[in-house]
Amino acid sequence: MDGSRSTLSGIPLEPVYGEGPFPGEYPYTRGVHADMYRSRLWTMRMFAGFGTATDTNGRFRELLRSGSTGLSTAFDMPTLMGRDSDHPWSLGEVGRAGVAVDSVEDMADLFAEIDLGGVSTSMTINGPAAILLAMYVVVAEQGGVERGRLAGTLQNDILKEYQAQKEYIFPPRPSVRLVTDVIRFTATEMPRWNPVSVSGYHIREAGSTAVQELAFTLANGFAYVEAAVAAGLPVDIFAPRLSFFFNSHVDFFEEIGKFRAARRIWARWLRDRYGATDERSLKLRFHTQTAGVSLTAQQPETNIARVALQALAGVLGGTQSLHTDSHDEALALPSEAAARTALRTQQVIAHETGVTGVADPLGGSAYVEWMTDEVERRAEEVFAHLDEIGGGSILEGVYEGIQSGWFMGEIAESAYRFEREVNAGDRIVVGVNAFTEGNGSTGTDLLRVGQETEDDQLARLTAVRAGRDSDAVATALGRVAAEAADPDLNLMPSLIEAVEARATVGEIVEVLEGVFGTYVETAVV
Amino acid sequence: MGPTETGSGSSAVAELAEASRSGDRRATARLLSLVERGGPQADEVASATHFHVGGAHVVGVTGAPGSGKSTITNSLTTLLAEAGRRPAVLAVDPSSPLTGGAILGDRVRMNGAAEAGVFIRSMATRGHAGGLALAVPGAVRVLDAAGFDPVIIETVGVGQVEVDVTDAADTTVVVVAPGWGDAVQANKAGLLEVADLFVVNKADRPGADDARRDLDLMLDLSTITGRVGGERPSVTMTTATEGDGIAELAEAVVGHLGRLSDGEELAQRRERRRLAEVRAHLGHLLEGAGEEVLATEASKATNPAESPMMVARRLAAGLLG
Amino acid sequence: MVGTGLPIRVVLAKLGLDGHDRGLKVVARMLRDAGMEVVYLGLRQTTGSILNAVEQEDADVVGISMHNAGHLTLGPRIVSALADAGLDVPVVIGGIVPDVDLAELEAAGVAAVLGPGAPVDEVVSTVRAVAGHDGSD
Repeated sequence: MDGSRSTLSGIPLEPVYGEGPFPGEYPYTRGVHADMYRSRLWTMRMFAGFGTATDTNGRFRELLRSGSTGLSTAFDMPTLMGRDSDHPWSLGEVGRAGVAVDSVEDMADLFAEIDLGGVSTSMTINGPAAILLAMYVVVAEQGGVERGRLAGTLQNDILKEYQAQKEYIFPPRPSVRLVTDVIRFTATEMPRWNPVSVSGYHIREAGSTAVQELAFTLANGFAYVEAAVAAGLPVDIFAPRLSFFFNSHVDFFEEIGKFRAARRIWARWLRDRYGATDERSLKLRFHTQTAGVSLTAQQPETNIARVALQALAGVLGGTQSLHTDSHDEALALPSEAAARTALRTQQVIAHETGVTGVADPLGGSAYVEWMTDEVERRAEEVFAHLDEIGGGSILEGVYEGIQSGWFMGEIAESAYRFEREVNAGDRIVVGVNAFTEGNGSTGTDLLRVGQETEDDQLARLTAVRAGRDSDAVATALGRVAAEAADPDLNLMPSLIEAVEARATVGEIVEVLEGVFGTYVETAVV
Repeated sequence: MGPTETGSGSSAVAELAEASRSGDRRATARLLSLVERGGPQADEVASATHFHVGGAHVVGVTGAPGSGKSTITNSLTTLLAEAGRRPAVLAVDPSSPLTGGAILGDRVRMNGAAEAGVFIRSMATRGHAGGLALAVPGAVRVLDAAGFDPVIIETVGVGQVEVDVTDAADTTVVVVAPGWGDAVQANKAGLLEVADLFVVNKADRPGADDARRDLDLMLDLSTITGRVGGERPSVTMTTATEGDGIAELAEAVVGHLGRLSDGEELAQRRERRRLAEVRAHLGHLLEGAGEEVLATEASKATNPAESPMMVARRLAAGLLG
Repeated sequence: MVGTGLPIRVVLAKLGLDGHDRGLKVVARMLRDAGMEVVYLGLRQTTGSILNAVEQEDADVVGISMHNAGHLTLGPRIVSALADAGLDVPVVIGGIVPDVDLAELEAAGVAAVLGPGAPVDEVVSTVRAVAGHDGSD
């Protein structure tokens, strides 16, 4: 008997209980599919990346062997900032917090011996996202997999970088143009690819509340919709491929309410404000990651419990894909053993707890429904504010909120309020301000990336530069510059040509900075 | 480190002043700390720097939060430094009235200027006995004596701080940004009266032309006199983040000093500045002396026949001899 | 006494490329609320820009936030750069620093390390202790 259709006692289960609208029905509060996890579990997607491309490739293959069903790539800081490994800023940062990718050669090593037609790949990158996508396409096609068959997600959410994570390169408007170029390109050439993962995760990690996370993220989503429509794309062409990425934090029911409200708000806005009619445009699909910021360096094993509960909230909230943090992440990059425990945590939820047997098992709970309504109401207040300061455009409202520092101020205020509550003892954090017996020395078995990685990567970069046709590089970069200056052109073809010629991430970014300028933030402390 | 260890004798201050004049930036920074701290050492610094001032052009830059003052100051000073001048910036930010602490965030937008060698000092409005009216002229004198020219004082355009700053400047630049009725706000805040030059920043944004029209209208209607030759303040459009309009602004700033020096205006303004500083010192001294005699008075038995006003007159007469 | 005397002046900066400035902003507010003057440099500072600010601002303490796992490279470097410039200013490092690295950082001359979630009392008392005066003067 299939365990998900009956309880341990053998009580048979219906796919759903309670009142409509049911899961799979507008406004999708209860989920985007009728029988949710009965027909298909969420994707267990573990984020990995460190050292050189070859190092990370080894971790990827290990994850696939142990039952992971999707890959998720973490790039190092220089790559995220669009700088080559030999840039002065990169000193001490190459391969430390993710994998270093300078050229298409590194991308080829990263996915060596992995069937790109058979996995879905997520790439967490924003400022230079279009360049990394171009590299992925080139690597796949050189390996005989056509771009149309590629499945995966590019984070490519630049707006939250200005608001929270601060990994921006160019000013907001040209950056959003790059985002819409990717949306346009994938809409026609990569139908299985999600061009943007609108991300609240980093907004939350930067210290926002759940309501702010939800509201700012959906507002950014509306902003991309407006930008793509302004670029001439009909909403139902691209909206079905927009996906979301939320944080799952410790306040269990608030998180569940947030996920449910997210689906309802998105469905209503897409239908009523943006005129979408395809129901796939209305269905908000999201990836969830447990809250890195909630992990404690004190008694790190306690984090396993936090992660399990946060993961459960994500599942009860109807997530499509899930990353569980490793318990040692407050100390260092996740070790292999800790990453495995984190994956096992998902497998316990999926295969042992029985929560997958019924869609939206909490639907109809007075508390959960009230929380969903309340989170939605508070988010709507934020949209009204942005609409007002944007003169009737959420996109303009988001630009204005970035330029004036409004988002950053709101987030900083929430972060400080939380810290004060913890400091005053009004909020208990186990192992930090209560139950501290057993806090001892930490960090004996941590993953370390040493200076050798940086040296290796620099040698590889030097070899790539020496072995390429420099005239072809110059020509390709010239085309990138020329096409960047014309906002009506899509930059993707010229980026593909440039990475094929072995132009590096840093070289392409520099050319684009020459046209777009470099962003300097309005710091709000 | 810090002023506590700088020694207490006037020779230590004199040595710092000497080092500062010969280009030692750390010495300049220490002198500024002493000025900020107030008290006898600040007086020593004043004495040690007074005869070495070189007549630096003192420029006040003010405007509402978010108008882009810091970005403009950054671009303007970077440009002047690249042209061979030696600009310094005094960035004044408010202290928390509750705790006396402050977050001084102006340097965030001044990376370019810092790289170009501009000397930047952040100053909080509190924590200086005698207030800004004493600290700002003292700090300007230290920077001037160290050979910096021009000295830019950047402040948030609200209230008393601003008045103290314009009292200390030769040229006052008021920055407004499009939207939120900044031009109207500027008028209300009394900035129309103090401005020698206006900047409409973020000129690439919608509403910039409206802001300029509003300003022009208000300036045309205003009947304020006392500017150089009664001239109407100019309005420069900038997009500081892109560097647009900064060269024009630099020209306007330098040109303003030129017109001031052509006639008696510069001398008159500096005389007013001098008197304003004397007034601030006088007020500070009288207040200090007053507190002292008040403390003595408080320890005495109250005479019911003497009204508070009579007590004050008696004490004042004693003070003023 | 508030508003008189000599507030502790602290330069706060992020060294490195990552944009995690939540901790630095929270610390800035903690120190402000403890009566200190915080010169906030923000993201992506270099050793050179930090030195420049420490000198011009006559800082009592410099606080560096790092979340890039580069503290063993960058921490000692900033300490020796300050020493080479003759600036005797204590360096406090904040961020994700495993306990096993503490001895190495201490040996390199780092005055104190504050981990994620350090309570306000610890942050303030650490800064006061390394500053060598409590700000009340």
